[in-house]
Amino acid sequence: MKCLVTGGNVRVLGKAAHSLSRIGDELYLEPMENGLSLRTVNASRSAFACFLFAPLFFQRYQAARPPQAQPPRCKVLMKSFLSVFRSLAALEKTVERCCIALSPESSRLVIQLHCKHGVTKTYNLAFQECESLQAIFDPAQCPHLLRAPARVLVEAVAPFSPALSEVTLGVSRGRRVVFRSYLEEDTDAAKAMMTEMSLSEEEFQQLRAQEGAAITFCLKEFRGLLSFAESANLPLNIHFDVPGRPAIFTIEDSLLDGHFVLATLSEPDLCSQEPCRPGQGAHSTAHLDDFASDDIDSYMIAVETTVCEGAMAAPRTPSPLSEEEEAEPNVVPGTPPLKKFRSLFFGSVLAPTEPPCEPNPVLAEDSEGEG
Amino acid sequence: MPLSTQDEDGNDQYILVASLDNVRNLSNILKAIHFRDHAACFATTNGIKVTVENAKCLQANAFIQAGIFQEFIVQEESVTFRINLTVLLDCLTIFGSTPLPGTSTALRMCYRGYGYPLTLFLEEGGVVTVCKINTQEPEDTLDFDFCSTNVINKIILQSEGLREAFAELDMTSEVLQITMSPEKPYFRLSTFGNSGSSHLDYPKDSDLMEAFHCNQTQTNRYKISLLKPSTKALALSCKVSIRTDNRGFLSLQYMIKNEDGQICFVEYYCCPDEDVSDSEP
Repeated sequence: MKCLVTGGNVRVLGKAAHSLSRIGDELYLEPMENGLSLRTVNASRSAFACFLFAPLFFQRYQAARPPQAQPPRCKVLMKSFLSVFRSLAALEKTVERCCIALSPESSRLVIQLHCKHGVTKTYNLAFQECESLQAIFDPAQCPHLLRAPARVLVEAVAPFSPALSEVTLGVSRGRRVVFRSYLEEDTDAAKAMMTEMSLSEEEFQQLRAQEGAAITFCLKEFRGLLSFAESANLPLNIHFDVPGRPAIFTIEDSLLDGHFVLATLSEPDLCSQEPCRPGQGAHSTAHLDDFASDDIDSYMIAVETTVCEGAMAAPRTPSPLSEEEEAEPNVVPGTPPLKKFRSLFFGSVLAPTEPPCEPNPVLAEDSEGEG
Repeated sequence: MPLSTQDEDGNDQYILVASLDNVRNLSNILKAIHFRDHAACFATTNGIKVTVENAKCLQANAFIQAGIFQEFIVQEESVTFRINLTVLLDCLTIFGSTPLPGTSTALRMCYRGYGYPLTLFLEEGGVVTVCKINTQEPEDTLDFDFCSTNVINKIILQSEGLREAFAELDMTSEVLQITMSPEKPYFRLSTFGNSGSSHLDYPKDSDLMEAFHCNQTQTNRYKISLLKPSTKALALSCKVSIRTDNRGFLSLQYMIKNEDGQICFVEYYCCPDEDVSDSEP
């Protein structure tokens, strides 16, 4: 994989890294034919984020060199990736071009920043080859949708204390959209500060939700995507369902799109208003006052591409081993790695209860795109 | 001015007297070398040199020449004492380190001799503070024997070009590797940290490069923890001269313009890291 980013897009890329860093400690870099994807998931797997930069975003973009059938993919430490783009002000002021190169032969992800005055910064980042990180979600399945300019939402959450971890978003009477600070059950209401912001329906470009619908999610991750959307001047879509089901935040542009999937807090009283999905109800009521963090796991799946495209896997394994590959126990020839990853990543509880046609197209679609 | 009228006749008992209209011209320079508590002060009629050392491998010198002071009297050939730099800086900035615009703190500094404290009179807006700081037994400072005739490579850069680089140094790397060469990469700063290596290259024809005199390719490693404090000097300076001698010793000289447009120098010397193992690819 090789790509070249120029001008203001370097800052956009940097901003995306900053916003992803609010979520996970590892960054998954997946070059695909339809663009470069940056993904991350948080440690408790209650939040997943993904940016896809279209080939047109780049001055030059090559997912794989012709002899390589499949583009390499890797994960790097978020901290080390972020160190390249740490100062957004400097990126804007001094960096003219950014070149990112990843090849299976080299054991490093190479990021080069060409700055003013002829100065070149080269970062050789250690990476790990890895599976594709996938979350299975479908915004179209969510009955509720809010769409508003990022600026409106940024202003709406600005008054909330930075220490506040969760916020409740709901549609109240008169179709007003309300952001309210969420207090843990054990907090003393007399001491806590409650903040509530109420927005009129006119502020939204689209509001498709009935009164009473409400979800509670993490503010930090939300702010991360908001600040990206604001700098890119894009509207934000919020797709959501009943409490306990993940909320999907999306932004879209001709050059890039972003998806953040955040777990929402399940509340039994709200949950009972609508019929729960099979297999969902019992599980979510078990976590009354906690994130149904396990739930989102079941929406995520690691795609073992070496199995999906078995024919291609064979010539890859005997190729000169990089140190990462040696360190990775799952490339031992003859071991079927699929099971290990599935179980290691996600105990897929819910997947079988979904209509079987649903997860499969996602899997297929993705591997087609890479093939 | 209250300071100048103060014991005019008492000057004789002091072997060092120095007065300054704006104390920041002294305190800012001292901050550039403030990475250890203790400093050695060495005054001659030419001015004051303040030295701070670390781990017998690093030495920082701040030169405040006599011309910076409005009054500078040294009665003996040289005056030497050791002092707690942290305390000295606290006293010098006792009226605040960022004064209101248009105000400045005046200083009169007196030292009577061996065994006596260093006495500071600080005045701002008619308020006078007197500080007495105990001086300590002077200790020998390191002699790096860095001689300009042994210099192999020398580069003068605009500080602006190095500031970001030093601010973003990967501190998980144990060393900072400096390559200077008449060939490509000309001038390269490398770190080898947990997340991989990074190289910063400056071409010799860069606008930032004020002078480029490299005779032979040299690659040396310096403990990053020792060099990191020099960021303070870099932040204040407008130009920096980077030199290495035939032993790989490093000299960093920072040209610092004070608020009155006068020029002072701060210098860092550093020994190369002995353990030159095979470098990463």
